[in-house]
Amino acid sequence: MVEPYQLTAWEAADLLARKELSSRELTESVLQRIERTEPVIHAYQTVLRDSALAAADAIDESRAHGEAPSRYAGVPLALKDNMCMQGSPTTCSSRMLESFVPPYDATVVQKCMAAGLIPVGKTNMDEFAMGSSTENSAFGRTMNPWDLDRVPGGSSGGSTAAVSADETILSLGSDTGGSIRQPAAFCSVTGLKPTYGRVSRYGLVAFASSLDQIGPITKDVRDAALLLQIISGVDSMDSTSVNAPVPDYPAALTGEIKGLRIGVPKEYFPAGLNAEIRGSVEKAVQLLKEQGAEVVELSLPKTDYAIATYYLICTAEASSNLARYEGVVYGRRGASQDNILEMYMSTRSEGFGPEVKRRIMLGTYVLSAGFFEAYYRRAQKVRTLFRQEFEQAFKQVDVIMCPATPSPPFKAGEKTDDPLEMYLSDVFTAPLNMAGLPGLVVPGGFSASGLPIGVQFIGPVFGEEKILNAGYAYQQLTDHHRQKPPLVVPS
Amino acid sequence: MNYEPVIGFETHVELASRSKVFSSTRAEFGGQPNEYVNPVCLGLPGTLPVLNRVSMEMSLKAALAMQCEIPEVTLFDRKHYYYPDLPKNYQISQEYQPLARHGRLNIVMPDGTEKTIGIHNIHLEEDAGKLIHEKRGGKWISLVDLNRAGTSLLEIVSEPDLRSREEAEIFMQTMRGLLRYLGVSDCKMQEGSLRFELNISMRPAGTTEYGTKVEVKNVGSIKAVLRALDYEMERQTEILEEGGRVIQETRLWDDDKGETRPMRVKEGAKDYRYFPEPDLPPVRLERDYIDRLRAELPELRDAKRKRYVEQYGLPEYDAGVLAADKHVADYFDECCQAHNAPKAFSNWIMTYLLAELKDEDSDINDLPVKPAHLAELVKLIDDKTINQNLAKKVFKEMMESGKTPGAIVKEQGLEVVSDAGAIEKFVDEVIAENPGPAEEYAGGKDKALNFLLGQVMRKSRGQADPGAVQEILNRKLRS
Repeated sequence: MVEPYQLTAWEAADLLARKELSSRELTESVLQRIERTEPVIHAYQTVLRDSALAAADAIDESRAHGEAPSRYAGVPLALKDNMCMQGSPTTCSSRMLESFVPPYDATVVQKCMAAGLIPVGKTNMDEFAMGSSTENSAFGRTMNPWDLDRVPGGSSGGSTAAVSADETILSLGSDTGGSIRQPAAFCSVTGLKPTYGRVSRYGLVAFASSLDQIGPITKDVRDAALLLQIISGVDSMDSTSVNAPVPDYPAALTGEIKGLRIGVPKEYFPAGLNAEIRGSVEKAVQLLKEQGAEVVELSLPKTDYAIATYYLICTAEASSNLARYEGVVYGRRGASQDNILEMYMSTRSEGFGPEVKRRIMLGTYVLSAGFFEAYYRRAQKVRTLFRQEFEQAFKQVDVIMCPATPSPPFKAGEKTDDPLEMYLSDVFTAPLNMAGLPGLVVPGGFSASGLPIGVQFIGPVFGEEKILNAGYAYQQLTDHHRQKPPLVVPS
Repeated sequence: MNYEPVIGFETHVELASRSKVFSSTRAEFGGQPNEYVNPVCLGLPGTLPVLNRVSMEMSLKAALAMQCEIPEVTLFDRKHYYYPDLPKNYQISQEYQPLARHGRLNIVMPDGTEKTIGIHNIHLEEDAGKLIHEKRGGKWISLVDLNRAGTSLLEIVSEPDLRSREEAEIFMQTMRGLLRYLGVSDCKMQEGSLRFELNISMRPAGTTEYGTKVEVKNVGSIKAVLRALDYEMERQTEILEEGGRVIQETRLWDDDKGETRPMRVKEGAKDYRYFPEPDLPPVRLERDYIDRLRAELPELRDAKRKRYVEQYGLPEYDAGVLAADKHVADYFDECCQAHNAPKAFSNWIMTYLLAELKDEDSDINDLPVKPAHLAELVKLIDDKTINQNLAKKVFKEMMESGKTPGAIVKEQGLEVVSDAGAIEKFVDEVIAENPGPAEEYAGGKDKALNFLLGQVMRKSRGQADPGAVQEILNRKLRS
């Protein structure tokens, strides 16, 4: 028998609509699953048991009166712990914000709650979303449900692990250079980074403002489409959100891909690429080709500059965005308070972890007088070139297919002493953030040793419908996304 | 050797927009500490700035009134520095593409000559909060009040085109007058809604190279700026005369001690790490919109001044004084609309009303005498209900009680007595009581008239019409 926590959102919605399942039952099932699984996985930073059950009861009540706020009302949702929710701690997995309880809701939280989704908890992450393994959390790492010795990826590793281990139905992550897609690949779940501006960033604790974007992390493409539908749209509180019509994403999932032009960029398949990843992605391309898609060889030569450019921009913006943490109005205040400088220094020395400090120092250097023009300005120019290169490519193709990561999930501790090696995890994902493009990662199979492999679909600006439909078609032909980790949890 | 000063100003203006520049919080002076704050202006994690269109529009109006070039796109930048009154530890400002450049402000010297002062650029930014240092339980603590944090601050950077104390004074008055004309700020220096930061260097008169400039901050009024200017001119001249070199630095004005002293922070150590604000997209300034704003600018000082001379025939000097301040000009215009006596209103306003304004923050609108009241008073004079002397008395009462002149005249029975019967009675009494002078006047001695006239006026408590009195005296004694 299928346990409620194993359902997708659209399956649960059917049962809820037919009153074969209540939101209370579904939420309790998920909460029990969390209780049993968390000692092994540690996907959550905070579990919102009481408020979730109260919200579930309220939804059941309104549904009994035929007034459910949406078809998906009553479905549990896990929020990455960098999205503000009024009255609940929002730590960004940092000592700095351990005590921070926001007095307001992020726009995405408001939208999800208006649709009747039930926030069941806040998920663990790399501190301030800086990292690719969730090992940079100040509150302990998250285990990869497929191999507990390995990392779930990052920075949204808590959200992807929670979805993978059935500790939630839906989840939201954030993606600055791959933070939704890389951990989605590592945990064998579906993850979508929307076009920059598609989803409001208001209430998302900023890492790098011009790159950050919130997106769905789900069990399949269909759920990603419906969650994207709920969170999309222009927001008067975010000037960078774009006033473009929100299409009916679930309706775009026809599965029809005959004539779809799929670009395969050779720079995303370098000589040193892990052979099993290469094989899985090539197989996925072949599968869609057999369904009538047209495959076009592409070249995106600027890809070589992606990581260097990305780390100039994201560290510069991070150093500025994180300047506000000094203990005056909220959050941690350092022990030494003899004078203002002492207070600033002790607050920031005690509050930030090593990776955050490293990026603040890098970014401060990038923006400093004499280097700003050479680094930041030039990086922005390269960014324009990335955008143009993709624009050119999308004149020839509808979507691009490529790997999500250069390697399968690595072992915990394997790259913690080598930040540069860690940074290279973003090589296939960061270019999209720089160009503002949407990217979808879906489970693409497993290595011989059973480790998850992701397949990435890249779309043009506001091309979410195209990549979702391509991913949906792929999931119609495969069952990788239905595979569950062989998790042994205490019952 | 003679030295001349080279002076420029950074004018900081708190805009009168009702909400803050990047958040919807009320922007207001005063209030309980931290009363006017919300998550955005507190810089809470996750919050984002959204530009207040009203603040931008006010800024553009000021820029257009100073004939600036307005770019098609203006950008915001982050300026980083750590201070507890700056919640994000960066200030959103405009470094690379400000909303206006290359403007000018015309100043008119007392002798009527005009001078054009260049405006280098105008940019919009957010203001900081303030710190309060208090001793509590024998220990000094610092408190942070963020009511002002995030309010709209317009910074107008002039070229160093001013060459004397007098020019500096007139520049500040003209700038303040213009901003009030535009209604973009209440320009109260004591509340900090208008602040002038002074740049000054000295050079040998007749040379064209600039000397080393010094910035002076913390000056709270036009008077204080002028004192600081005097102090700096003397200090720098002394250094130069002794063959020394002026150090480029920022100095703070100490109003109590009447001196400037260097700020502790080393200028060279500052690196604001400016970079384009990624949370605010470029602001497109459509030409149609700019043209409309330009067309909507109110009648400004120079236009008013000209109109007062041409339409009302006022002397240049009067027109200049009345037009200098928007509220004074509005007051004058309102009086003229109620009653056609421009010269009389001009005299009353310049002689009596402006004298009541105690300092540069005082406003003619705050006086108890309103334009309608002044118009009524002049009307009472013109239809001879009261004479000039009585009018002064009535005006004094108006200033004290705020009552209308009509009410005061009625209450105190101050109407001019022009009733011939009543005056004749006073004249008869005076002739009877003063036979000597009466005889002298009758005998042709004109000198006696003043005495007799004075006696009649005294009996009438000043209310008799002197013309009528003289007529009756003549009739009784000389015909």
